[in-house]
Amino acid sequence: MKFLRNTLDKIKPHVQKGGKFQKFRSTFDAFETFLFVPDHVTKSGSHIRDGIDLKRTMSIVVLALLPSLLFGMWNVGYQHFLSLGQTGGLFELFWYGFLQVLPIVIVSYVVGLGVEFIFAQIRGHEVNEGFLVSGMLIPLIMPVDTPLWMVAVATIFAVIIGKEVFGGTGMNIFNPALLARAFIFFAYPSKISGDFVWISGLSDSTTKAVDGFSGATPLGLAGQGQFDKIPDFWTMFIGNIPGSIGETSKIAVLIGAAILIISGIGSLRIMLSTILGGTAMIYIFNLFAANQYMEISPLVQLSMGGFLFGAVFMATEPVSASQTNTGKIIYGFLIGMIAMFIRVLNPAYPEGMMLAILMMNMFAPLIDYYVVEANIKRRLKRAKFSSIKS
Amino acid sequence: MAQIKNSKLLANPLNLQNPITVQVLGICSSLAVTVQMKPAFVMGLSVTLVTAFSNLIISALRNTIPNRIRIIVQLVVVAALVIIVDQALKAYVYDVWKQLSVFVGLIITNCILMGRLEAFAMGNKPIPSFIDGIGNGLGYSIILLTLAFIRELLGSGSIWGYKVMPPLVYQLGYENNGLMILPPMAVILIGLIIWAQRSWKKELIEK
Repeated sequence: MKFLRNTLDKIKPHVQKGGKFQKFRSTFDAFETFLFVPDHVTKSGSHIRDGIDLKRTMSIVVLALLPSLLFGMWNVGYQHFLSLGQTGGLFELFWYGFLQVLPIVIVSYVVGLGVEFIFAQIRGHEVNEGFLVSGMLIPLIMPVDTPLWMVAVATIFAVIIGKEVFGGTGMNIFNPALLARAFIFFAYPSKISGDFVWISGLSDSTTKAVDGFSGATPLGLAGQGQFDKIPDFWTMFIGNIPGSIGETSKIAVLIGAAILIISGIGSLRIMLSTILGGTAMIYIFNLFAANQYMEISPLVQLSMGGFLFGAVFMATEPVSASQTNTGKIIYGFLIGMIAMFIRVLNPAYPEGMMLAILMMNMFAPLIDYYVVEANIKRRLKRAKFSSIKS
Repeated sequence: MAQIKNSKLLANPLNLQNPITVQVLGICSSLAVTVQMKPAFVMGLSVTLVTAFSNLIISALRNTIPNRIRIIVQLVVVAALVIIVDQALKAYVYDVWKQLSVFVGLIITNCILMGRLEAFAMGNKPIPSFIDGIGNGLGYSIILLTLAFIRELLGSGSIWGYKVMPPLVYQLGYENNGLMILPPMAVILIGLIIWAQRSWKKELIEK
């Protein structure tokens, strides 16, 4: 620690205004505040400064993502060995998954932060730490076999088009991580759908999976109409099923949700209303029950695919979600409904969560606007009544 | 009205007064026909011809057109020209005509045309109007071709219908970008072009 502080102090004079390397001030700033709690104090008047800043917030979200990441790594190994008809020890499985997942994480962070730093240098603003979470979310919502260059291209797209053009962190109208996934989803559909991309090594035609192993995700199976092959609720809840890296285990997601809720960072309102919206839609489907897909019970339906992951980590992104309390409930509810709607009724899209969240991201400001307007109207009415009475 | 030099009339729409990136007109067709370069080129050529000659004709008629029915007169002229172009394309480049399908006919509704007629041809002499029409048509074509170049290269790995991406690249794991073929990416690309243009020509940035 001391050593770090000393090095930073040594560099500091050079990068301050007037120093030799003042161009790199924002870069230096980013590293310094990342390593140490900034010692800014308000200079005048009495303000309350929250003890937590953006960097700490982001760190906690990353912490909440860790269970999903670790389980995802283990599951990657487990699925891979399963596809070859082998088993291995806990550590062996984890190590294999670790080696598969780590490059994706590194690429996502290096590329994303690289773009952020370049923009910060050109525009002269400080490097924001919003990407700390996006960089972790992007690998978690990718299939394990996604080529690294695609991850890089998608990350560049997401950071530039999704964030920087709108003014950087805190200004984005869409969730950047989902934008990266949407980019791959539409640009390289063969790499993010089908039966082979979810298991490490299976998309390589030279490896041969054992008989009876399909590698299809529960949603893929449901999409093909093989409803009897869908794993039971507990298997999907624990999460040793094929799927994107981080979304398979509902337990890990729920641990993350608990961390977010206890620390007050994730909005419980959005999470609950999203799940409620999804459940409502499933019950409507159950009521009609026109085909087998519509008859799936809510518990099973909710534990398939990335619905829960999206509800906990994506829909709650504070920037692109609704800000008002009533708005949050409407926003979440509609996400849940639309996600189920797309999933069950549109055969082209196996999972609707990504599209549902991106769509509602777009409408979040509108929802807020009407909620605020309604509030103003109600209060005006009250004011009128009370003035009449007196 | 102050006389503008003819060379300015030709050059301005290419950059500072570009119909697509500065005036933001004609976006619809620029999203629809720019998947490949060949249709984009034919489309740009057609629009240039129609803009130029409709400008010329309307400008020649400008003093005799009653003000209240001028839009109808303009439409008649434009529609006639579009039909001529449509038939010519059908006769000589049938496959491209089929690709462009309805968009040749929709040149009639292209905002650039009506915009130039109303803003320029109705108040200027025939020759400058003709040049103005050509300039705007070319400005439109340039953006169309740029878009089509990027979209065809990254979306299909070819330029003007010829494969240019070497097979080796595909063996290394490269894939054509499917998003480039979809219209949403064209909107984003236009946005990027506008961004690039405005950081090049600072005076275009709105305050």
